[in-house]
Amino acid sequence: MEQPVISLRGATASLGGRPVLRGVDLTVRRGEVVALLGANGSGKSTAVRSIVGQVPLTGGELELFGTPRRRFRDWARVGYVPQRTTAAGGVPATVREVVSAGRLARTRFGMMRKADKEAVIGALELVGMDDRLGDSVDALSGGQHQRVLIARALAGEPELLIMDEPMAGVDLASQEVLAEALRAQVARGATVLLVLHELGPLEPLIDRAVVLRDGCVVHDGPPPEAVGQHALPGHDHVHPHAGPAAEPIRTGLLT
Amino acid sequence: MDILDLAFMQRALLAALLVGVTAPAIGTYLVQRRQALMGDGLGHVALTGVGLGFLLNDSPVWMATAVCIVGAVVMELIRWYGRTRGDIALAMLFYGGMAGGVMLMNLSDSGSSANLSSYLFGSIATVSEEDIVAICILAAFVILTTVGLRRQLFAICQDEEFARVTGLPVRLLNLLVAVTAAVTVTVAMRVVGLLLVSALMVIPVAASQQIARSFKATFALAVGIGVTVTVSGTATSYYADVPSGATIVLFAIGLFVLLTALAAPLAKRRAGKAQAAAECTLDVPGARTAADDVKV
Repeated sequence: MEQPVISLRGATASLGGRPVLRGVDLTVRRGEVVALLGANGSGKSTAVRSIVGQVPLTGGELELFGTPRRRFRDWARVGYVPQRTTAAGGVPATVREVVSAGRLARTRFGMMRKADKEAVIGALELVGMDDRLGDSVDALSGGQHQRVLIARALAGEPELLIMDEPMAGVDLASQEVLAEALRAQVARGATVLLVLHELGPLEPLIDRAVVLRDGCVVHDGPPPEAVGQHALPGHDHVHPHAGPAAEPIRTGLLT
Repeated sequence: MDILDLAFMQRALLAALLVGVTAPAIGTYLVQRRQALMGDGLGHVALTGVGLGFLLNDSPVWMATAVCIVGAVVMELIRWYGRTRGDIALAMLFYGGMAGGVMLMNLSDSGSSANLSSYLFGSIATVSEEDIVAICILAAFVILTTVGLRRQLFAICQDEEFARVTGLPVRLLNLLVAVTAAVTVTVAMRVVGLLLVSALMVIPVAASQQIARSFKATFALAVGIGVTVTVSGTATSYYADVPSGATIVLFAIGLFVLLTALAAPLAKRRAGKAQAAAECTLDVPGARTAADDVKV
């Protein structure tokens, strides 16, 4: 069997002494689009941040592309969209400058060649921002900031795209553009893991949903179809993998 | 021009030029990383090095460089590990550095209060042959780092978390920024003084930001402003017999005010242009809709 792209087994992690992940198993196979769902504080953000090495695991095992995380160096294969509301720093920067930073995954300390510059423009075309190349990111709307951050991750032409709440604070028009960009990535064979608060326009793309609650996986399977009804506290959805004493699932999608 | 015939003024102007380039160059990254006052703290720490140089009869510039680099590395380590009590630790470092410097200078035979104030506020006319060699070497290091690694440093200062996932050696680059800032402090020490060093790292960048839209333009304009104020300030201090450091910083603030005043009408014109562009595309079928841009 082919190596999974992400393999997280029994992962535990703490933030400020408080356990946030309490034995999370998560496997993402090549070409899959997996959504990580859960209420605020359920650990979904910490889970992806531990996968990209921002939060140290206190226990468990993590492999990326079949390589233990500790020995993994091939970061050009991973595109990361951190949870942000802005792409701006303390000094003005243009859309092109911010997105070019994503290309460092491939160029590292080398020069920006023609192919690199084309990849930057290509990534901006994917999110429909190629007409804003020279604009300062300070002049963008919330949705446009998010599109720039996603273009930055795409500029390195990654095989695995990890996104932490890419739809937060994004207007509907931008959400549609992002869904389309994601569809194009999936079509060319990319693997996607994304943290979401609600499925929204991405729903048709998602192969599998993993729901966390209090740092534990409470659902791993097809995405809840009728989101509203499924998420209701009284909705009895007992997953076959869960123990007999499993509580009804609260995905937190409505909170 | 008679000012260029004097050997000490030649040295002073060369030092001023190098400070004008290096301080805003590293300052742009510090401001981008929202660490605008790091230079100020390092200036305090450097004073211990100056005091040590006097006490050991060694070159104050090289001693200050060594102590300042140690201070910068400690600051970086505090940033990594000591999140909760980090600001207290920094305060200890800064004021300890300043107090240590004053004490050491007092203990040495050659250190007088006149000497102390020339390091605190700059005294460009006393730049020696030996100083200028040190300043040239240190400035070359700062320029090579800030220009040669501009894309990498931009990435770590813009979004450190993202930069780490690109596989860049972020900790090493962070250390390099800190060390470069420390080196710049000692480059600028003789010209503007340790207490005013940070002003030259921050004010030209702040002035440049008023009208620049890209990082590249901000960087280049900040360096241009830096050179303008350091060279003109040094010449003024010679003719008007006023302290160089204070003159340079006041010139920089003057330029900041001027550019801020110029920026308002410029921004209005740009906004008008953007709006006109948006209106034109509204009728084109398939173009981005107005809903795209409603939130600015």
